[in-house]
Amino acid sequence: MRRALWVLAVLLSHWRRHRMQFATLLIGLIAATALWSGVQAINQQARNAYDRAAATFGGVRTAMLVAPNAATFPQELFVKLRRAGWPVSPVLEGRVQINGHSVRLLGIEPVTLPVDVGNAPRLGASDLNSFVAPPGQTLVARETLSDLQETEGAAPPISSGAKLPPLRVQPQLVPDVLVVDIGVAQRLLNKPDQVSRLLIGKPKGKPAPLASVVGEQLQRVEPTAETELERLTDSFHLNLTAFGLLSFFVGLFIVNSAVGLAFEQRLPMLRTLRACGASARLVNTVLVVELVALALVAGLIGLVCGYFIAAALLPDVAASLRGLYGAQIPGQLSLQGEWWLAGIGISVAGALVAAATSLIKAIRMPVLATAQPRAWQQRQRRWLILQSAAACMVFAVALLLLHYGQSLIAGFGVLAALMLGAALMLPAFLDILLLTGQRLARGPLASWFWADSRQQLSGLSLALMALLLALAVNVGVSTMVETFSRTFVGWLNGRLAADVYISASDNAQGTAIRNWLKERSEVQAILSGGRAEAQIQGQPVELLGLPDHALYRERWPLLETAPRAWTQLVPGNAAFISEQLSRRLNVRVGDVIEVPAPGGSWELDIVGIYADYGNPKGQLAVNVAALIRHFPQTPQTRIGLIVAHDKIPGLIAALQKQFALDDRSVADQATVKAESIRIFNRTFAVTSALNAFTLGVAGIALLTSLLTLANSRLPQLAPLWAIGLTRPRLAAIELTKTLSVALFTALLAVPLGLVVAWCLIAIVNVKAFGWRLPFHVFPLQLIELVAVALLASLLAALLPMLRLARMQPANLVKVFANER
Amino acid sequence: MSADKISRRAFAGGIAALALARRASAQGYAGLGETADGFARVTPGKTFAFPADHGPHPEFRIEWWYLTANLVDSSGAACGLQWTLFRQAAQPGPQGEGWANQQIWMAHAAATRAGTHRFNELFSRGGIGQAGVTAKPFAAWIDDWEMKGFERTDDRTLAPLTLKASGTDFSYALTLEADRPMVLQGDRGFSRKSERGQASYYYSQPFYRARGTLSIDDKPVDVIGQAWMDREWSSQPLDADQTGWDWLSLHLASGDKLMLYRLRQKDGKDYPFGNWISASGETQMIAGSDIQMLPKATAEIAGRKLPVEWQIAIPSRSFSILCKPLNPNAWMGTGFSYWEGPISFAGTHDGVGYLELTGY
Amino acid sequence: MLSIRNLSKTFSSAGEPVHVLRGVDLDLAAGERVALTGESGSGKSTLLHLIAGLDAADDGSIRLGDTEVTKLSDAGRAELRRDRIGLVFQQFNLIPSLSVADNLAFQARIAGRHDAAWSKELVERLGLGGLLKRYPEQLSGGQQQRVAIGRALATKPSLLLADEPTGNLDEDTAEDVLALTRDLVARTGCGFLMVTHSLHLAGTLDRHLTLHAGRIA
Repeated sequence: MRRALWVLAVLLSHWRRHRMQFATLLIGLIAATALWSGVQAINQQARNAYDRAAATFGGVRTAMLVAPNAATFPQELFVKLRRAGWPVSPVLEGRVQINGHSVRLLGIEPVTLPVDVGNAPRLGASDLNSFVAPPGQTLVARETLSDLQETEGAAPPISSGAKLPPLRVQPQLVPDVLVVDIGVAQRLLNKPDQVSRLLIGKPKGKPAPLASVVGEQLQRVEPTAETELERLTDSFHLNLTAFGLLSFFVGLFIVNSAVGLAFEQRLPMLRTLRACGASARLVNTVLVVELVALALVAGLIGLVCGYFIAAALLPDVAASLRGLYGAQIPGQLSLQGEWWLAGIGISVAGALVAAATSLIKAIRMPVLATAQPRAWQQRQRRWLILQSAAACMVFAVALLLLHYGQSLIAGFGVLAALMLGAALMLPAFLDILLLTGQRLARGPLASWFWADSRQQLSGLSLALMALLLALAVNVGVSTMVETFSRTFVGWLNGRLAADVYISASDNAQGTAIRNWLKERSEVQAILSGGRAEAQIQGQPVELLGLPDHALYRERWPLLETAPRAWTQLVPGNAAFISEQLSRRLNVRVGDVIEVPAPGGSWELDIVGIYADYGNPKGQLAVNVAALIRHFPQTPQTRIGLIVAHDKIPGLIAALQKQFALDDRSVADQATVKAESIRIFNRTFAVTSALNAFTLGVAGIALLTSLLTLANSRLPQLAPLWAIGLTRPRLAAIELTKTLSVALFTALLAVPLGLVVAWCLIAIVNVKAFGWRLPFHVFPLQLIELVAVALLASLLAALLPMLRLARMQPANLVKVFANER
Repeated sequence: MSADKISRRAFAGGIAALALARRASAQGYAGLGETADGFARVTPGKTFAFPADHGPHPEFRIEWWYLTANLVDSSGAACGLQWTLFRQAAQPGPQGEGWANQQIWMAHAAATRAGTHRFNELFSRGGIGQAGVTAKPFAAWIDDWEMKGFERTDDRTLAPLTLKASGTDFSYALTLEADRPMVLQGDRGFSRKSERGQASYYYSQPFYRARGTLSIDDKPVDVIGQAWMDREWSSQPLDADQTGWDWLSLHLASGDKLMLYRLRQKDGKDYPFGNWISASGETQMIAGSDIQMLPKATAEIAGRKLPVEWQIAIPSRSFSILCKPLNPNAWMGTGFSYWEGPISFAGTHDGVGYLELTGY
Repeated sequence: MLSIRNLSKTFSSAGEPVHVLRGVDLDLAAGERVALTGESGSGKSTLLHLIAGLDAADDGSIRLGDTEVTKLSDAGRAELRRDRIGLVFQQFNLIPSLSVADNLAFQARIAGRHDAAWSKELVERLGLGGLLKRYPEQLSGGQQQRVAIGRALATKPSLLLADEPTGNLDEDTAEDVLALTRDLVARTGCGFLMVTHSLHLAGTLDRHLTLHAGRIA
């Protein structure tokens, strides 16, 4: 043990003399672990939230009985089923308004609630009594409590005037839900003896067949393993994961180059150790121990950084998920032990993988150095050929995936394969470029310049590959985001036809508002809309009622139409379908779709397809009058107005005053638009942040590679200095070399990035969100990115070059003195 | 069981402040030692009225309908059944309507053979019809378990009845007949449980003849034998320093019945009690000083040592028997847990019966 | 103390076998100081490496005291080097990241036989007193070689092997270093085998052997 410690001390002494190298290694590991675990933390947080939502008292994870028309049903059916041996538990669900917030209210029956329903509120013996017995309790998530601006123990009134039981925080609860005893819920929702659904627990025997107990009054809904929310948000998380993975690999590139160099430099030390009697096994063990120890330290720091990254990104992620999918993610990061373990694990595994070649080299090292000719050219050629062959194989995989792949994962697979292939191909490509330069060069210095650049290639290639990947992703993502935001703004302009939007609290208020508006001269048109919900092929589908108005015909954007589409819409037997839904149901213009309506099936000819960005639900647009005919329950609370523009603020103020409408119930077009754009910008805020992180890590990779390379390049530079080139001149040449290689890389990254953008827009987005955007290229943006890349390279190259320019001649002389 | 475990289990706590038996023992077994503020008190001299008293007494805190049966199947192998419905009021006061009702119901059912012991439990809230008891016609039910009379059921004998219960891996259905009336326990139905006045109302029907089907793992067999029902209600039947009880109901081969129990106290003393019921139905209380109950062998189940074999003697009646369990593993691992199983005995008298051990 | 019999070693170079050692016999008594010369490629260094267990012989035997070196496992040879042999190379092979003091103590520490008094004496005799906190790159060649010799002798080995220890030093320095080494070897009583190309230096030791065509001439 003492011996091992001494060997470890000797090995570690290397880092004391090579602090930059040590920092590089640690930075690589920390960056890799931090970004990866940060992304994982976010994903984990979101998944937990979905699980919570899914498991909350009969989310989709639990089998249940519901009425076929999705209405509530008498509680007597619950008793009947229990008495027939069915292990069911009743739930009543509804919405209540508290302090102007609309919240889901769930009434549960804790005594019969199946134990396996998931994270139901955990009630101890006395808790149960206080939950059930008057005044009872309202269980609420902490974040909901603060949303409602209430404190624990308060008993706020709901809009009907009835008071909730005192609020009690239940940490495991999903946000935006209040849980009360079923009896309380029946009273608050004014649904005496009514139940929304019955959760089915573990059967204890063989209950009588359902139909023999309740006839056709209830039907069974089987649990699904994956929630709608999970399916919808999958792409989002896959996106994050892809970024995490990319950063992880870029980090490992850094580790790989740092470890490679350190091991190379330490080979003589290892030989001396062995010559002095440290056995090979001891030295190798200590090498691994050292690496693992470093990985543990770096992993821990990385995890802390990852935690902060995740905490910083989470609000944006939560906002985008809420905006995009209506998913409720708590903004407060809570991490489990597994996350820490996994993070440390990935750090150690990453370090071992990145150091594998170096470790194997050290382990196989003979005690005696065999004099090897430095046939770098031969070695480099072999390496280039091998790597190019690998690149071709990866490209082939990309093609196969593109051709046969259907899923979102396949889409990302294509992306990953393309990028990996391009990265692998990069050194060969640069080599050819430099070789061409060398052939064309005139004069000894120029020739040396090209030849030396080629020789440097193997040392720099990993960093350049990292740069290529980071840049390509940047180009891809920026192009996609830009495309998206332009398309979205254009679409929004068409879609938001009315000048003022009003949402009345109920039909009565809606009618009152309409009557009031008719008297106002500044109102040019009153456009009534409506929304209903239906299930088509087991999916919830929104039905959007459009008023028949010239403004809509002119401005409402359609992707595809049948002739006279708007006219066909009016009678009520035709519909437009949203792009997402048309993809999901595989429905085109000219097809017919059947919508189950309360009065029977409603057949609709599809006469148009429209973009419906950002809507997780599929949508059908129909004439509003027809909608109300088929869905009489449709609330007639949505009103759009065409108003003379200068009169808008006055009208809104008057509306607010007259009908006590708040900001959410009445808004002008500009406000709605700004809000929508804000949500959509946040959608990509995370992507952009990760993008920047990745580019930063690639910059670090380049810097560290150049720094490590700078030292090993002295023997190459010293002879040039000796034959009369000044140090500043040498430094300038070196800088030019680095910049030109970086420029080549950046230029290569542009087409690759555009391919990435195309993949994102044409494959990933379509599979993830169901919409396809037109593909645009933004040249200015590309130039900007190339400039940024060059600037990053310049910054990275500057430090080693300054060191070279200022280097004491003695250090250069030493090269000759030490030369073997 | 940890205190934050979910509702249903913890719920048994509702019915009896639950089953951290160790914690419970601090306040008497299963919270039965709590004070009875707001609930009706048990006082001597009550006149029982049937069928009304077969029904629930919600003004009292707790109440049960407790039936055990000693049976044999067609091959002559012994088996035992238990069916119990418990009621507990979470609060005193007027009965709430619908979900606001404060009654909480719990039921246990078990089937025991020499090699197997199966049990299940159910919970329900009162007020909505999922569980309850009606006196006339008699019916006690929770979910699809029930003990039910007919129009012709005699209020004095509480017979005939049908009985059924099921779990994931067992079920049974019995019919119960009896031709002798109920037996009032203790002092004309007033059963004193401590020197300080804790008591319950307690009567029994020990003369049931039972016949029916028992199915374990979907293998039904016909069974026949005798059964014993206890009806008991109270608001505070145990004294705070009483930790549990050892209770026996014995069917003697002679046709006589014997009910025996001892309440154990924290100080190690116990409070034995007995009632001898002749085959014709006359009862005679046995003085505590005349009862010797000696544990002979213990079984270790769920980390507890349970005295499942007993040497019992009543010298004044020249009665001395050794009781052995049919299955020493008759542990009711329910929300509040206890041992309950069929026994057989031999000595000066032979017969079968049931043993219940609580508070261990 | 050291007894070599019929030692052979063949390398293959570009597919052709090169018989470097063809049956070397050599004896070295405790305290004896022997110089080994020979032209380039005559196998001097190879012989030294085989004795140190840095490489495995094809045939023949090397006995160091009671130990048959050729029969030892890799770990056994490492132990032999650690405990009983001191090695000095032409390239010094100091560890650049360790200070002079640590370099000196390093083998003794690995061997678990660090002797403070002896270390102190070594430092004094080698004249390294003022240099202990320096790093190898801050030393001259002669100083570095003195550190290497100190490191090799710190464990009080029974055999000191030196491979062209003065090859990188100028003549005066070489003489000084060798004189020091001779004194220290005498002080410890260990055997000393030095490979050198300098006949002059070879002449200053007890015995002078020449390796020719893979055999001791």
